Amino acid sequence: MMVKVALIGNPNVGKTVIFNNLTRGREHVGNWPGTTVEKRVGRGKHKSVTMEIVDLPGLYELTASSIAELIARDYIVKENPDVVVNVVDASNIERNLYLTLLLLELEANVIVALNMWDVAESRGYGIDVKTLSELLGVPCIPTIAPKKVGIEELKDEIVRATQKRRVGGRPISYGDDVEMFIGKIETIILRDARLSKYPARWLAIKALEGDERALKTIEELAGPETLSEILSIVAESRSVLGGDPEVVLAERRYNVIRVILERAVRKREVKLILTDVLDEVFLNKYLGIPIFLAIMWTVFYFVFEVSEPFMKLLNEGFIMLGKLAGETKTPLASLWADGICSGLGFVLQFIFPIIFLYIALAILEQSGYLPRAAFLMDRIMYNVGLGGRSFIPMLLGFGCNVPAIMATRVIKDERDRLATILVIPLMSCAARLPVYVLIAGALFPEYAGTVVFSMYMLGIILAILVSLLARKLVPGLKGKPAPLLLELPPYRVPTLTAVLSFAWRRALVFLERAGTVLFAGALILWFLAYFPWGVEPGSGDSYAGLIGNTLQPIFSPLGFDSKLVTALVFGFWAKEVVIEALGILYGVEGEEEIRSVIAASVSPLTGLAYMAFVLIYVPCIATVAAVKKETLSWRWAAFLVAYQLTLAYAVALIIARLGSLL
Amino acid sequence: MVEKPLSQLNSGEKGRVVKVVGDPLLRRRLVAMGVVRGAEVIVVRRAPLGDPMELLLKGYYLSLRRNEAENVFVEVDGKQT
Repeated sequence: MMVKVALIGNPNVGKTVIFNNLTRGREHVGNWPGTTVEKRVGRGKHKSVTMEIVDLPGLYELTASSIAELIARDYIVKENPDVVVNVVDASNIERNLYLTLLLLELEANVIVALNMWDVAESRGYGIDVKTLSELLGVPCIPTIAPKKVGIEELKDEIVRATQKRRVGGRPISYGDDVEMFIGKIETIILRDARLSKYPARWLAIKALEGDERALKTIEELAGPETLSEILSIVAESRSVLGGDPEVVLAERRYNVIRVILERAVRKREVKLILTDVLDEVFLNKYLGIPIFLAIMWTVFYFVFEVSEPFMKLLNEGFIMLGKLAGETKTPLASLWADGICSGLGFVLQFIFPIIFLYIALAILEQSGYLPRAAFLMDRIMYNVGLGGRSFIPMLLGFGCNVPAIMATRVIKDERDRLATILVIPLMSCAARLPVYVLIAGALFPEYAGTVVFSMYMLGIILAILVSLLARKLVPGLKGKPAPLLLELPPYRVPTLTAVLSFAWRRALVFLERAGTVLFAGALILWFLAYFPWGVEPGSGDSYAGLIGNTLQPIFSPLGFDSKLVTALVFGFWAKEVVIEALGILYGVEGEEEIRSVIAASVSPLTGLAYMAFVLIYVPCIATVAAVKKETLSWRWAAFLVAYQLTLAYAVALIIARLGSLL
Repeated sequence: MVEKPLSQLNSGEKGRVVKVVGDPLLRRRLVAMGVVRGAEVIVVRRAPLGDPMELLLKGYYLSLRRNEAENVFVEVDGKQT
């Protein structure tokens, strides 16, 4: 027998650990169809019953205004899971039960896992489980997920619940005045057989709340007349209830919760809990930001410095592997060595910073620090049209844009996330630094440091401008950042296995999705550099050189000659390749020589415009692949490439023109 | 008893929510998070840069921006300020 179990709960309630306990690691990570919201499905077995467990996104309510919430409620209504396990943070039971009531409204077969039972006890909550179960009308099981306490009981209860299916729990009474309106709408809904696949009372409540999706469903299935009949009842309720029904209903739900808690929970006063003490330090007026910066420095070091030797080793390994083909004198040998092996090395090396990034993010998230970082940085980010959660991904952009774009998953609001993805490539990544160092060193030997620094600043300023502009103009991004409404959960010690399994799975997903795009791109560039066969690879005679020559006239207003333009074509592959390409094009080897050739043939003004162009135009093919993966759309990836090329051209042109006036 | 926007409370001050106004979406999110009439709210602190603020309500910590907290009116004990 196979039963479908859905796992649902607020964010930060330890749902993931419960999921891991129920599935014991057998899981599949993917996305919900057509979204970037993560879908985790796992299997578990208990007493000869096989359970398919679906982890629904963490959420506070079930409205139609958020993708995650729609996914969850559609899953429960349409897929009709046998059991819905509602993971509740017992130490934060009042607000957590709000979702529980919504699930009961949805007539799901609910089991409540009272997780973090130990934390609740330490906070002075004495919960009478039996009374709570009776009042809610559903089984409640105390659990402490990291210690596997209560997991067996939870599994027993899941099996029991599938055998005797309950429809919802005890119906919540919203009070006579509200119930009258719910009843009226419910009667209309019950009248129409086309609406029968939805729980009638739930649909009535949602309609009363003005839920767009519910109203649309009614219109589509039962016709506009039924809808307008219902809408007139909703309008009437507004005046009778003295306020918006949705606000009144939310208040009534909290009243119901208060009554339940008065009977089932005793609260003992507890003076200071650890979280309060830690926040005195981490959110301190003077210490908060320095500590934050120190933590960020550590993350940065960990993600980029620690992974670098691994990246080098892997790359060199593949170069060695490539040499197995012997001298690369034939197209086939070159395909193997310069195309496949160096391409694979290039793609696979990203796995290291990505694994380290996910380890760092998992630790930050599970420890409870991530929302605090958002709290500390929100003011700055809000002023530039983003939210506090955008800060960490943008900072990571200075290391490498690819993990930075993956890290935007921490941003809950879809529009805020897209806006952040669009500006991350303006954060000057580590691969761009060698280009600045070389050119600034060659053309501005006296002020090289200042010039390099000003490139970083230029990137930041442009990111701010682009973000502000995008939130005014770009469809899909327009509008203010999403409301903050950020919960600061209690601090917790991250569990090692959860952190590692999280990081490993995410890295594999990266390889699956972005890897193919990247690898294909690598092969195309190999072809452009090495063909027509027999030319000096990457030289002016190769296809890439041909492209450079053809494009050169477009760039002559900026002062770029065909060598500089051809090097930009290779910069698509990875920014550090620009230097290598310049070396080949000028026919010299070694940094010193490239430097002197550039000093002799490029004017300082053109050099400045060139550095700005390198900063702004598409970071690299890996970034484009990451954007495609994280937005699920070629449209956004194409938009990124287009706006960056335009902006790079415009800025370089301004530098060239302004400079020539001086 | 004095009624004022939550955004005007100082750290350590306590109030009872009397009404939530403003943009419907924001209001719905606020009430779902427990910022409902009658709820007791304590301002714990402001972020080092002055905004947002951290609140304690219904036994958990919630952070709101000033422009969000302006939509929440609370009743405060004591003297007119």
